[in-house]
Amino acid sequence: MLTIALIYPELLGTYGDGGNALVLAERARRRGFDSEIVNVGIADEVPDAAIYLLGGGEDGPQRLGADLLRASSFAARVRDGNFVFAVCAGLQLLGTSFSVEGDDEYEGLGLVDATTTRGETRSVGELLVRVDGRALVGFENHGGRTTLGEGVEALGAVEVGRGNDGTVDGFRTPELWASYAHGPVLAMNPWFADKVLGRALGRELDPLVTVADQLYDERVATLAR
Amino acid sequence: MPRETPFRDDVAKGAVRTVNLLSRLASRGSGTVIGGRVGLAIAPGLLTNLARGRDVVLVSGTNGKTTTTAMIAAGWGSRVATNDTGSNMPEGLVAALVASKSRAVVLEVDEAWLSDVARATRPRVIALLNLSRDQLDRANEVRQIAERWRALLADLSDVTVVANANDPLVVYAAELAPNVAWCDVPTPWTTDAVSCPRCTKPLTFADDSWWSDCGFAKPQVLVTTDGGPLIVRGTPLAVDLQLPGAFNEANAAMALTALSFVEVDLQDALERVNALSSVAGRFSLRQWRGHKLRLLLAKNPAGFASMLSTLKSDGVDVWVAINARVADGRDPSWLYDVPFELLRGHRVYCFGDRRLDLATRLDFANVAYVVVTDESALPKSSDVINVLANYTAFQEWRARTKAC
Repeated sequence: MLTIALIYPELLGTYGDGGNALVLAERARRRGFDSEIVNVGIADEVPDAAIYLLGGGEDGPQRLGADLLRASSFAARVRDGNFVFAVCAGLQLLGTSFSVEGDDEYEGLGLVDATTTRGETRSVGELLVRVDGRALVGFENHGGRTTLGEGVEALGAVEVGRGNDGTVDGFRTPELWASYAHGPVLAMNPWFADKVLGRALGRELDPLVTVADQLYDERVATLAR
Repeated sequence: MPRETPFRDDVAKGAVRTVNLLSRLASRGSGTVIGGRVGLAIAPGLLTNLARGRDVVLVSGTNGKTTTTAMIAAGWGSRVATNDTGSNMPEGLVAALVASKSRAVVLEVDEAWLSDVARATRPRVIALLNLSRDQLDRANEVRQIAERWRALLADLSDVTVVANANDPLVVYAAELAPNVAWCDVPTPWTTDAVSCPRCTKPLTFADDSWWSDCGFAKPQVLVTTDGGPLIVRGTPLAVDLQLPGAFNEANAAMALTALSFVEVDLQDALERVNALSSVAGRFSLRQWRGHKLRLLLAKNPAGFASMLSTLKSDGVDVWVAINARVADGRDPSWLYDVPFELLRGHRVYCFGDRRLDLATRLDFANVAYVVVTDESALPKSSDVINVLANYTAFQEWRARTKAC
């Protein structure tokens, strides 16, 4: 059974981020793997899972989410090797610190050396990131500017949009993958969804043909124009 | 004696009329926004002068603005100045106030503009329907809007706020206002208010109440309808709407409550609201290339969830049209917040600029779908097909169809 744990969807799910859980569960199921989505509510214990998903959130909920996760077993489970895919606010709170409202700095979970300060402008628009030679497309909407510590690998190079800082987007450590492409980024990028799913299942996956392939081609063509 | 209208305002009002007329003659849309823009540029205080001495009711919120405004306009029973074109920013409001001199005024106002408009028009009543995620690429955070409303209402005297007591963000916005009529209306969508707007701790929802540890809680209601007959400030009203859905009952309750504060007889108003069968082309039967269609506007997750819940599980095809233009919000991520799983058992035809995003969403929901590339090949049916469309897609479908 592949358990996909969606962390605090009521706090971190502003932009349809729950879609990522649905996509992973369906792509696994259609290949014959049993899968389940566990919605981890704010009053729940963080369960064991093959993958944790963190979404985006507004400033207040993001702070609450960070506080609740800090008090939970989440960090210990990640240090034990559990896998996380995070977007947007989820990306920010995995790092050492983040600033949201005003310039007040909040403590992150410190699972990766990444610091988020408030950017001069909010970044709202299409995002295209080159990941392992392929285009990852999505939409970003955030006010953060994330600086990665020395030795922390970015997820990819930004070709359209801002991502972390206009140059690179997200980060990738053995346990943590993260991008500023929010919402259903895994729906729009089937090849990347399978990369995430393959990491969670611990195996390579054969291609799966769905209408999402057409959507991906259309978005890449639109953004490349 | 009314205050003397400055000469510049007269020029501006004339300009609004002239430009609107020219715009309509040139067939450039319905010609309300352009004229208003010219008028505002000539006289920035125009809205204030146009509203002076009139009974102004403002309606704002994420969903139901247009319908509730139409209900108030219909229920009032006299001539009413209203922006029934849906242009709900200052230009559209100016145009509506120039077009009609009626003392009675009801205007739907874009959430982000409410503060400016309320300060300019000094309304007698403001109805606040709900607040949820909508076009997040523009008005990015729902809570920022709640904060702006809160600052406005704490500051504005002589106004009665008619507010939804079941929406914590609306309650947060209105709780400091001196006069509030809290309405207990059906509000299924509270996903955007899980954490307390005051202290950010989790809110608890139970039975017909909700509260936070900090003391922030559902207020005492003056108007009830949730699960029972409508009682507006002690007066029971037999609501029997032509318009479908629980969300329209909520809109009617808010509309009638607003009317009770501008001295309209409630029983008379009720009859007129009950009789309303279509609002700005919504809910009405239309025809197109031999198909019989009912157009339903749904622009965001809460609106879509409400509309989907009104569909019968009769297996009849459903058409859905999605765009992601500026007026829609350019980010269609919200499709994953819509419970499209409710459409299982129907076949869904996907239209609009973002039909592949929709088809992908439906595919993951295991709903049967068809991506429409050739509109002449659509199957003919004697059934009335429900067409759910978001903002600009709805306008397109309204323009291409005719009344039955």
